[in-house]
Amino acid sequence: MTAPLLEVRGLKTVFHALDGAWPAVDGVDLVVRRGEVLGLVGESGSGKSVTGFSLVQLIDAPGEVIAGDVLFNGEDLRLASGERLRSLRGDRIAMIFQDPLMTLNPVLSIGEQMCEAILEHRDCSRQDALNAAAKALSRVGISSPETRLKQFPHEFSGGMRQRVAIATALLNEPDLIIADEPTTALDVTIQSQILYEVQKLSRESGTAILWITHDLAVVAELADRVAVMYAGRIVETGPVDDILDHPLHPYTLGLLNSSAATINPGERLKQIDGAAPRIDSRPSGCPFRPRCERVLPSCAEEDPMPQIRGERIFRCHNPVPHGEAS
Amino acid sequence: MTAYVLQRLIQSVLVLLAVSVVVFFAVYGIGDPIELLVPPQVSAAERAALVRRLGLDLPVWQQYFTFMGNALKGDLGRSFVHGVPAIELILARLPATFELVLLAMSLAAAVGVPLGLLAGLDPESRPARLIMGGTVLGYSLPSFWKGMMLILLFGVALGWLPTAGRGEMVSVLGFQTSLLTVDGLRHLLLPALNLAIPNMALMIRLVAAGTTEAMTQDYVKYARAKGVRRKRIVGRHVLRNILIPVVTVVGIEFGSLVAFSTITETVFAWPGMGKLLIDSIYHLDRPVVVAYVLLATLLFVLVNFLVDILYAALDPRVKLTGEMA
Repeated sequence: MTAPLLEVRGLKTVFHALDGAWPAVDGVDLVVRRGEVLGLVGESGSGKSVTGFSLVQLIDAPGEVIAGDVLFNGEDLRLASGERLRSLRGDRIAMIFQDPLMTLNPVLSIGEQMCEAILEHRDCSRQDALNAAAKALSRVGISSPETRLKQFPHEFSGGMRQRVAIATALLNEPDLIIADEPTTALDVTIQSQILYEVQKLSRESGTAILWITHDLAVVAELADRVAVMYAGRIVETGPVDDILDHPLHPYTLGLLNSSAATINPGERLKQIDGAAPRIDSRPSGCPFRPRCERVLPSCAEEDPMPQIRGERIFRCHNPVPHGEAS
Repeated sequence: MTAYVLQRLIQSVLVLLAVSVVVFFAVYGIGDPIELLVPPQVSAAERAALVRRLGLDLPVWQQYFTFMGNALKGDLGRSFVHGVPAIELILARLPATFELVLLAMSLAAAVGVPLGLLAGLDPESRPARLIMGGTVLGYSLPSFWKGMMLILLFGVALGWLPTAGRGEMVSVLGFQTSLLTVDGLRHLLLPALNLAIPNMALMIRLVAAGTTEAMTQDYVKYARAKGVRRKRIVGRHVLRNILIPVVTVVGIEFGSLVAFSTITETVFAWPGMGKLLIDSIYHLDRPVVVAYVLLATLLFVLVNFLVDILYAALDPRVKLTGEMA
């Protein structure tokens, strides 16, 4: 097997407050291989977005990445200079943000905002950049791109703006796209169109995608592998079919059971009791322990370490046995 | 666009009308100018003749309608004191004030925008705190005191700059200006600085606040995620967004400085409009005061119109339409 495109080890990002530094990301390990789609799944507040921004070192005060390695093509991004990081961002690693209404600058034209992603990374004429931008727009299904480039964000709908963001991410044919809940703010029909297009584009261009979402249905449709995040750490990783069919971590099982796609019509949705722990009051041992149906006495004493089973990794003292995913 | 201009025109006329009523009656209420105009030794008959000639014997509403009737024909009345049309008197002083304000606002923007950016980008740093502290002083020190301190420092103690008058002037397109001679510029510098300082402070605070806010916006983070250099993020993404409030303030301040830079013009003996206004109020020279305020109103209306057009140029979301908003 070739070296992974992105390898993250022990990543820890804290937010400084008056009463201490609270870990939003608490020792995350991740691997993204070339050309694959990895779904990073978790509830709100699980640290998945912070993980995404930590990878490209875009964490602003009071947040701070304090530990871990982020190896991108073998280069540790935590040690990279500011200028080196800038030259990678948008070129080798592109990002798509959650809210397309907020991410485009309202007073600059779409053309300018797309072209700058090219012109800040390579020497070419403005006209060449505009042509490339027009091509990218038509790739994501936006018609009459030349006219669209002259327009401003307020002349685009939310779905169209997200397409612009996706087209922008594609401009430099990056090795990795980090997509932070890019379809959450969109309605369902547009969401599935965009999912389809992203999948197609990733296959065509060999771009790896880290797709951050809270929606297991999206992951099932899109991802090759899944990483499930809870309380700032990855609790389970593996190929998407294995995880959806036979979850090992009780939290993954709970997520699956609470998803509308997995139950019969008319049946009540199951939900996981309790709420995710606040960042400043995480329990000792396994952080999922208070909500877990399979909790053991040892869960309170000892934080479960990652265990490897074939292609899968999980952190649980009492994993779900095969066939109990109901 | 045509509908928009037309609508603004109608609004402007209404504003001017309202202002004329308020000013006319207010000035009437201040006092009787005849006491100041006529020396005590003049006979009662001569005095009565003068009152009749100036129309001061009529009831106030009749005086107003006479004034309005003449105004519609373009005649805003003659100065009681100087005996020349009020409008001529004011317009003769306009170039002096205009060049003073132009220099002052340019100074304020040239210094205020960069310093505001600097302070706004890193509000916790020492230079930022120093700048923001300075703006409190700059904005709150009274103009007359600041003017005198400038004179004391640069005129008296250091002897670098002249402190009164316009200096050497050249004629451009029929207007006398001090902007194009070295001596004239030396005369301009202190009064312009005095006018510029509070505006500088205002501009710094405005730009700093706008910058700090803009830097936390998603579009800035997104630009960073695209690998856009900091220089471009600040110079294009941020600056473009904060120019809108800056243009507003520059417009309003420009208008009020042209109309009411009275204190500075008095302290530096600058023969501008502000000095004329204060002199006319002292002498209860009603036609000049009324004409002055109407002209100032017109100036504000004009500046606001220009600001609106600039808005549309700066912010693509703004469209100038004739609808009442």
